[in-house]
Amino acid sequence: MGGCPNLRQTTMVKSDFGYNSKVEGEVIVTRADAVVNWVRSHSVWPMPMGLACCAIELMGAGGSRFDISRFGMEVMRFSPRQADCMIVAGTVTYKMAEVVRRIYDQMAEPKWVVAMGACASTGGMYRSYATLQGVDNIVPVDIYISGCPPRPEALLDGMMLLQEKIRQEGGSLKRTFRGRTVETKIVR
Amino acid sequence: MEAAVLTDRFPRTQVLASQDMPTYQVAGEDLVETVRFLRDAQGFDLLADLCGIDWKDRTPRFGVVIHLLSTTHKEYVRLHVGAVNDAVPSVSSLHPGANWHEREAFDMFGIRFEGHPDPRRILMWDAYPYHPLRKEFPLAGIEVPLPAADVAEVTGQTVEPAPMMGGPFVSPGGKMSEGEPSALDQSWNEEKPKA
Repeated sequence: MGGCPNLRQTTMVKSDFGYNSKVEGEVIVTRADAVVNWVRSHSVWPMPMGLACCAIELMGAGGSRFDISRFGMEVMRFSPRQADCMIVAGTVTYKMAEVVRRIYDQMAEPKWVVAMGACASTGGMYRSYATLQGVDNIVPVDIYISGCPPRPEALLDGMMLLQEKIRQEGGSLKRTFRGRTVETKIVR
Repeated sequence: MEAAVLTDRFPRTQVLASQDMPTYQVAGEDLVETVRFLRDAQGFDLLADLCGIDWKDRTPRFGVVIHLLSTTHKEYVRLHVGAVNDAVPSVSSLHPGANWHEREAFDMFGIRFEGHPDPRRILMWDAYPYHPLRKEFPLAGIEVPLPAADVAEVTGQTVEPAPMMGGPFVSPGGKMSEGEPSALDQSWNEEKPKA
């Protein structure tokens, strides 16, 4: 989680935003959920679950040309313990499905999953005995990104959608302070 | 290499018709000695490929094809071996590169390689009950439990047949050959939803 923002600085906003600092003083009122979600959405730590060619585009998104750090999510972590967003980039075989699910279980709450590309979303062109037909069969997916593979712009777009989704989540503190893994139910 | 070099030394060896490289039908009993002879005396020092074949109607049904390359003479040679009782001698003691190829042929066709140091599956998981490249196996797959019981319990997921309609392995307007029926499994598709 990123550092706590200095809320006093935000009181410098002029009154054309409907906020009068002379009346309110240097105080800003908001919901705790909104602050927590705002912080979370700008410090997503992705877990690159690179399984196929989508992972190459994922690496491109992490490079300087596309610069995923503009959105505060450049800290790719290769340990599930240190990450909160699993980007499933590539074909999930049935043999690998077990590993994907275990790594998802090892991630601490709150956590999100992005299915990057056709294979992770639906099985893609791999309609075969060996391929899981969509990673949403084994983990709950927040964002699906189309493409085969998606360009880095599409990944960034998906990650911005994820930020939007995080900002709209309710009960953030409850989820955090419960101190145990929230049961994830898969709707099929 | 003249064909007589091989057929004189191993009388059970037959010359097969081939368009690209010398091809021989080798008896299973002669396989290891043939490969050793080709490697040590004829310079075929590189195992380029080893794969299985399902002949479907022939006896023996399964076979193994070995491609050898001579890096000194710039020549290829191809060896066919029939899998009597689904078994073929392993050549991984002569060419270590054959190790994983033989495991793959076992995984996909169920051909046993006698003398293999590590005869496990290599692509599918160990408990998988089928050999997917056999002719009778549907491309979509057959439903079996997930390899991990605890994951299957949490997710309710099984290894289930994939939808074939509109996929890249199905010819539009009917199948193009008898070799294609394995792609026609449509246990669930756009018209017939998953149960």
